[in-house]
Amino acid sequence: MTDLVDSASTSESSTMTESTVPAISAGDGPLKMTTRNVDVFYGEKQAINGVSIDVTMDNVTAFIGPSGCGKSTFLRCLNRMNDTIPIAKVTGDITLEGEDIYAPKMDVVQLRARVGMVFQKPNPFPKSIYDNIAYGPRIHGLATSKDELDNIVETSLQRAGLWGEVQDRLQDSGTALSGGQQQRLCIARAIAVDPEVILMDEPCSALDPIATAKIEELIHELRGKYAIVIVTHNMQQAARVSQRTAFFHLGTLVEYGVTSDIFTNPTQEKTRDYITGRYG
Amino acid sequence: MANTGTEHTVKAFDTDINELRGMVAEIGGRSEQAIAKAMRALEKHDLKLAEEVVAEDKLIDELEKRIDELTFQTIALRAPMADDLRELIATFKISGVVERIGDYAKNIAKRVPVIASTHKLGPASLLPSMSNIASELVRDALEAFARRDADLALEVSERDQIVDDFYTSIFRSVITYMIENPKDIGEAAHLLFIAKNLERIGDHATNVAEMVYFAAKGEPMPERDRGENPTDLLEEPTTGR
Repeated sequence: MTDLVDSASTSESSTMTESTVPAISAGDGPLKMTTRNVDVFYGEKQAINGVSIDVTMDNVTAFIGPSGCGKSTFLRCLNRMNDTIPIAKVTGDITLEGEDIYAPKMDVVQLRARVGMVFQKPNPFPKSIYDNIAYGPRIHGLATSKDELDNIVETSLQRAGLWGEVQDRLQDSGTALSGGQQQRLCIARAIAVDPEVILMDEPCSALDPIATAKIEELIHELRGKYAIVIVTHNMQQAARVSQRTAFFHLGTLVEYGVTSDIFTNPTQEKTRDYITGRYG
Repeated sequence: MANTGTEHTVKAFDTDINELRGMVAEIGGRSEQAIAKAMRALEKHDLKLAEEVVAEDKLIDELEKRIDELTFQTIALRAPMADDLRELIATFKISGVVERIGDYAKNIAKRVPVIASTHKLGPASLLPSMSNIASELVRDALEAFARRDADLALEVSERDQIVDDFYTSIFRSVITYMIENPKDIGEAAHLLFIAKNLERIGDHATNVAEMVYFAAKGEPMPERDRGENPTDLLEEPTTGR
């Protein structure tokens, strides 16, 4: 499989083939998001080719694959983060609760409240812990009183497993927290606007194993309350936190299935080579 | 998705896997040899050879320990996935099963002095042929492991029926012999135990084959249609009342 790396770095549209991987069927819990034949282009270059995936409410979905395989690009389609890149063009159908998220009438700010995102590097606002959480609910008008806002802040921090550590210093700066605490603060901030889906783009890659374990435990606790999609380079993490795993390679969805099947008996040779460390 | 033996990026992982596969081949070879030697000792009434089998069983036990240690260490340090994980789990289980095969061979060897005193296999004249088939199954099961060959593993499992049939046949003739020659019952019982040991060796070869199949295919081996089950012979006949 030595050819994989060489071609990964020059993923031309000519190397793409139509994805033949069927979208996962319903029956895995309520459908939250669906994608059908999604292509993404950066200028002339095709980064994603014909990806169809269903995201369900009850399962954590993990995207794995080598660098440059398109997993983050695809994740960013799910809340239209690619809109911020002028040369990016997304085609195909992506729906949230049956609603086309790329429809002209879709309010992108509202969409990103419904589909929240947590990034690789914790990025708290340079504000107090309290304001980091209160910011979203304020601009979305989710609280009508100070009490209500206090309540949202407390609930969000509790859900993110951070309340016990910060309850007596809510006015301290969010940036003064440790890396792991900052990442949980960012998760609390995403939760505060009452999202339906939380996208996580390598949320633990800047954290130590203890902080990572706390985030993984948090993902486990949040499962079912929100549809969660996580991009990770750490395959053990995908195996630990997700119930569905999608393997991307060269912008194509190679295999999508039940996580335990993918890690014990993948059906595709490329998946096997990647997860067993035979890649490149 | 079967293991095709392509190299890992981390070469030390391949070194561990190859060392393990080498040790499995060795423990398999030693067990197969133990069966052959024990049976030769039985046929030729060779007490010295029988003692050798008993002594050499320690080497098999030692190998099993080394295989288990290295498997354990490899799982802990390399965090294997997919076919690698299946193969390591299979290796771990196969080493235990093959060690048991060695024990059965040792057990046959230990009975040689008792049988040798009267110098006859008598009603169990089929034992050498039965032993040849059982040994073949052990050899082929380990060959299937070495080649990661699920088809050969399936064949081994099917051929175990021949060993079972041999056992059924020997069981019947030994029981008849016991009824006719009550004074030889003790010795005949030993012959019966030897037949039973060979029958168990066949079962264990099948266990190895099942592991090989699982490691290669990622799914359990399909159940084979069993003919007469040797253990049925132990059940009380139904009287209809």
